[in-house]
Amino acid sequence: MAGGIRKSVLIPVVVFLLIGGVLFSVAAGTRDVSGEGYLDRPLPEFSQPPLIGDERGLSAEDIRGEVALINVFASWCAVCLSEHPMLMRLAAEEGVPLYGLNWKDRPGAGRRFLDRHGDPYLATGEDAAGRLGAQLAVTGVPETYLVDAEGRIRYRHVGALTEQVWQEVLRPLIRDLKRPS
Amino acid sequence: MTGLRQLARALAVACLCALAPVFALAVQPDEMLADPALEQRARALSLEMRCPVCRNQSIDDSNAELARDLRVLIRERLVAGDSDAEVIDYLVDRYGAYILLRPQMGADTLLLWLAPALMLGAAFAGFSILWRRKGPPPPEPEALSEDEKAVLAQALGQGPGQGSGP
Repeated sequence: MAGGIRKSVLIPVVVFLLIGGVLFSVAAGTRDVSGEGYLDRPLPEFSQPPLIGDERGLSAEDIRGEVALINVFASWCAVCLSEHPMLMRLAAEEGVPLYGLNWKDRPGAGRRFLDRHGDPYLATGEDAAGRLGAQLAVTGVPETYLVDAEGRIRYRHVGALTEQVWQEVLRPLIRDLKRPS
Repeated sequence: MTGLRQLARALAVACLCALAPVFALAVQPDEMLADPALEQRARALSLEMRCPVCRNQSIDDSNAELARDLRVLIRERLVAGDSDAEVIDYLVDRYGAYILLRPQMGADTLLLWLAPALMLGAAFAGFSILWRRKGPPPPEPEALSEDEKAVLAQALGQGPGQGSGP
């Protein structure tokens, strides 16, 4: 009878661990799927006004034709400030075209932010109302989009662009995209 | 008389307080459409959409700024003449199927939809196996032998050896 009692305890525990293990491994294997509906689809047509004090803004044509990064930032975002040195390094050393989208910022704040901390962007557009952000499924700042030469969004990184993200995710992706197929 | 009136007033205040949360909407008056039919459709659609910031809230519930942007976007699409299905497609195109609070039935979500039935089935199967495991009922006790019957009868005071009870 002792064996039976042990089994009645053992079986539910084993079943629980099995179900939990399967679900956990599935959840750990999947990426965050929010905002992936736009992946592999062309950039929307857009033409964003310049930051106050700039001559030119940012339009879809500026970006088309090359593998490029679009970084969504705001002056009120502390994480953007923390990733800014990394963006400066990318622009100076890695030779990746980097474009900026100033998302939901006060008028003039975007330009002041870039004047103070450096401007890594080839061109920057203003998206004060978050209209383009809604087209791109931006859920917060910072976010960085990788666009291929045909102007399709190939990857979206949510959060700070760190050296690790660059080395392990973005650089390999860019290398693959640039490789002539 | 004044006591009754006071009681009624207290009750009315209590009811209003209890109902207050019902009126505390995330949807702001300046977002609402003038056309009540369109506004009604916008509200119904908003209830079905997940707020990308607050994850388990609909954009109709959420106070997040992003949810407000999406509510405004839905209303703009409706004013532009989109059908409900077109609005949903528009959002799913951009934010992915994740934006839907109620996942659509499809090849990739089939397991999700069938999971409750599968688990219930597994539970039934498990229980039926456990019940069957209990095995056959215990065997009928054997009838008493003649000797045992005699002992029993004696113990009960009806044995042949004794005349009568106490």
